[in-house]
Amino acid sequence: MNVTLSHLTKKFPNRNKKIKDDVIAVNDFSMEIPDGQLIALLGPSGCGKSTILNMISGLEKPTEGKIFFGEDDVTGLTPEKRGVGLVFQNYALYPHLTVRQNILFPLENLKGKDKLSKEVMEEKAIEAAKLVQIEEYMQRKPGELSGGQQQRVAIARALVKMPGILLLDEPLSNLDARLRLQTREELRRIQRETGITTIFVTHDQEEAMSISDMIVVMKDGLFMQKGKPQEVYDVPVNLFVAKFLGTPAINVFKASVKDKKLIINDEAVLDVNTHDRDVYAAIRPEGFVVDEDGPMTCTLERVEVMGRDTSILSKNPAFDGTVIRSIVSSEDAPDSDKDTVHFSLKPGKVHLFDIESEERIDF
Amino acid sequence: MSYNKYKGWLYLLPAILFLAVFMIYPLVDVVVYSFEEGYNFASQSFMGVGTYNFSYVLHDPYFLQALKNTFIIVIITVPLSTGIALLISLGLNSIKPLKELFQTVYFLPYVTNTLAVGLVFMILFKKTAYSDGLINLVINLFGHESIDFIDGPYPAKMFVMCFYTIWVVMPFKILILTSALASVKKDYYNAAKVDGTRPFRIFYKITLPMISPMIFYLVITGFIGAFKAYSDEVAIFGTNLNAAGMNTIVGYVYDMLYGDSGGYPSYASAASLILFAIVFTITVINLTISKKNVQY
Amino acid sequence: MSESSVINNEIIKAARQKRIKNTVTYVLLAIWALIVLFPFYWMILTSVKSYSSYNSEYIPKFFTLSPTLGNYFDAFTTVSLSRYFLNTLLFTVVTTALMLFVTIFAAFAFSRLEFKGKNVTFALFLSLMMIPNELVIITNYVTITNLDMRNTFSGLILPSVTSVFYIYLLKENFEQIPDSLYKAAKVDGTSDIKYLFKVMLPICKPTVITITILKVIECWNSYVWPRLVTDDSNYFLVSNGIQEIRENGFGRENIPAMMAAVVVISLPLIIVFLIFHKKIMEGVSRGGTKG
Repeated sequence: MNVTLSHLTKKFPNRNKKIKDDVIAVNDFSMEIPDGQLIALLGPSGCGKSTILNMISGLEKPTEGKIFFGEDDVTGLTPEKRGVGLVFQNYALYPHLTVRQNILFPLENLKGKDKLSKEVMEEKAIEAAKLVQIEEYMQRKPGELSGGQQQRVAIARALVKMPGILLLDEPLSNLDARLRLQTREELRRIQRETGITTIFVTHDQEEAMSISDMIVVMKDGLFMQKGKPQEVYDVPVNLFVAKFLGTPAINVFKASVKDKKLIINDEAVLDVNTHDRDVYAAIRPEGFVVDEDGPMTCTLERVEVMGRDTSILSKNPAFDGTVIRSIVSSEDAPDSDKDTVHFSLKPGKVHLFDIESEERIDF
Repeated sequence: MSYNKYKGWLYLLPAILFLAVFMIYPLVDVVVYSFEEGYNFASQSFMGVGTYNFSYVLHDPYFLQALKNTFIIVIITVPLSTGIALLISLGLNSIKPLKELFQTVYFLPYVTNTLAVGLVFMILFKKTAYSDGLINLVINLFGHESIDFIDGPYPAKMFVMCFYTIWVVMPFKILILTSALASVKKDYYNAAKVDGTRPFRIFYKITLPMISPMIFYLVITGFIGAFKAYSDEVAIFGTNLNAAGMNTIVGYVYDMLYGDSGGYPSYASAASLILFAIVFTITVINLTISKKNVQY
Repeated sequence: MSESSVINNEIIKAARQKRIKNTVTYVLLAIWALIVLFPFYWMILTSVKSYSSYNSEYIPKFFTLSPTLGNYFDAFTTVSLSRYFLNTLLFTVVTTALMLFVTIFAAFAFSRLEFKGKNVTFALFLSLMMIPNELVIITNYVTITNLDMRNTFSGLILPSVTSVFYIYLLKENFEQIPDSLYKAAKVDGTSDIKYLFKVMLPICKPTVITITILKVIECWNSYVWPRLVTDDSNYFLVSNGIQEIRENGFGRENIPAMMAAVVVISLPLIIVFLIFHKKIMEGVSRGGTKG
């Protein structure tokens, strides 16, 4: 089912009662989610991404705007009438019920013509359990399972009704690093197998980039950018998106354009095709090439060997931060005894942004 | 969360109904009663409004006796029971075998009907034509004459009363203190031992401060409970406490309300408000002291 | 050589000190256990002594060679012990059930539902927790008398139902259940009532058991209120029954029969306690320390 969010706004009364103004959690947010895709809502904490998820599930009502599932306006519907599955960050499994009873729980709520017979319910529960590979733990209580297993149970419980849309709120953040990698592949597999439109919320850009068909970046309740992960990474529409995506983070310099040259710290480092002005130049760590004759000079701080790659830490007066982090392959690593390092830049890894609006400048 | 604004009230309705009828209304009413002079229960009429009820109660020798009895019970039983309970809990905490058995035994009085066990205490202490009672037998063994604890001299009666009161309140205090002691982290003790701290110093400097909130809690609730002493007295001395000279403030309130000398809700109200004032004052004092002294 | 023997002596000394300390501790603990248990022993012992043998013992014996159950027979036939017993059972069951009903819904409203005036109402409830029973019992007595409900079960039960403290206790417990569980249930289409009974109550079972136990003990042993509103022995509870027995029962001096009645009255709660002693002690210490 494709989902359309049209001009969604959500305001909350301010917690501090002395302040009359409402807190705007989501501000005029519009987006279309095509059927059968895995979408990541990405943004720093407090950017309103969970609020959007809650509005899609029906747990919260939008202050303004509409939500469509397919052709149907579901804005006024209660959660249970929307047919969504929701997986919580802390899984929200019922601690007093076994895995089996947890998975059965949503089915037992069905009433009227949707009511299922005991056998069908059992069958569906087993099917869901098999999908997430927890069928051997059916009689255990959630407290007896590991975090990863609990996560699977939560997904099975969300899927057992065969919802049109699956929503996941920070599904991996309570898992340790190794499990997170494993579970995110699992998530991808389950989504592929079921073909259910899936929206998940995360603040971890790596997680979002690695498994989603499409990512949506948000900031302060506002829509920033949407696209395939690589597209968004390669062509960030503004400085925020550029900074938010990628590890190590992008390196931002205060720079200027003069005579079709990008000037960083009085050095012309790159040819650019745009008019003269002050800009932010953001360079991905992999955009630096160690080059004795390179135009950009930095003070070498340290060289960190990471095996295949080497991370070079250096300084430059124009840099907007403390240390420039660049990643080069190990054979190109500079001699760590040297005081300076020279770089040339890969044009595709350098992004320019307006110094005022922080919007992208194409060159 | 829930969009329906009346739903909450609907769920609360039973509680509010019960509380309104049997708590809030009576609360207002008791104050009204206490100022209505010459209230007649049968005709439900009164002659005037004033503080006469309070002055009557405060000049009633029965009330003064009850006040005295209550204060003596409070002053003796609260510190004594808390202290003994602390000793017992420390003992319990230091042993391993039989610990659970002792704990279970100590808690037994909590679940027994105090009126019923009071009767046993009475026969243990009572001197009758047939027998001087078991306790007197023990006293005789030490070469002392028999004492009539139930109908005899005031100090003897007070002794039985306090003894029984302590017997009744101990289970709760031991339970609370043992769990408080058990919750003090072993690390503190180990750290102290490594530092070569002497056992008494460990108790005084670590254990006591750590459990001080619970001790104060027990003292405060102990005071409140002891000021409301009544049914334990009935258990030992029977319903006619005035005759036995062992009445308490609460007993006085009930006697004013009902029974042989009853039918005076105004006097009862005044007496219960006086009790409330005393308990309230003592609790405030207790809380102030505990705020200053509780270590964390 | 000498150094090691000094250390050895130290160790032996320390061990001996520890042994002495342990022995003293056990002796003292045993003495208190004796003080606690002795009345129970005496009550059972006396209850199986025959009337004549009891009264012939100027020096009471610590055992009896000819136990009799006759006193128990007397206890049930001479006075209406079984009636007091059933009355108390009925009173306890109905009062506790009503208390649970009122408490569960109120705690749910306070912890889970949003409505105007909730916080003010809760503050009011909390302040009622400080009001001693003695203050309100006077008017309640007048109310019940005026409503002609003296010597009725409604008169006994209704004023004994509410306990603000239990509402508070359960509400606190309900609030520890993560919000996301409620949201999950909402998404699954669970109604509030169903969520309360299928999720919240099972999770908070320990607290529900605690307040049930506390209320049952309170009901079984309640004396003051029943004494005020009943003077017809058909409505006496066991506590009042005991007083009645003591003053007018078997003839003042039939102590063995009296003790038989005392045993019968004390037994139900003691049996319940022996079976559930862990749960009960846990419950009382939880209930006691949270206030």
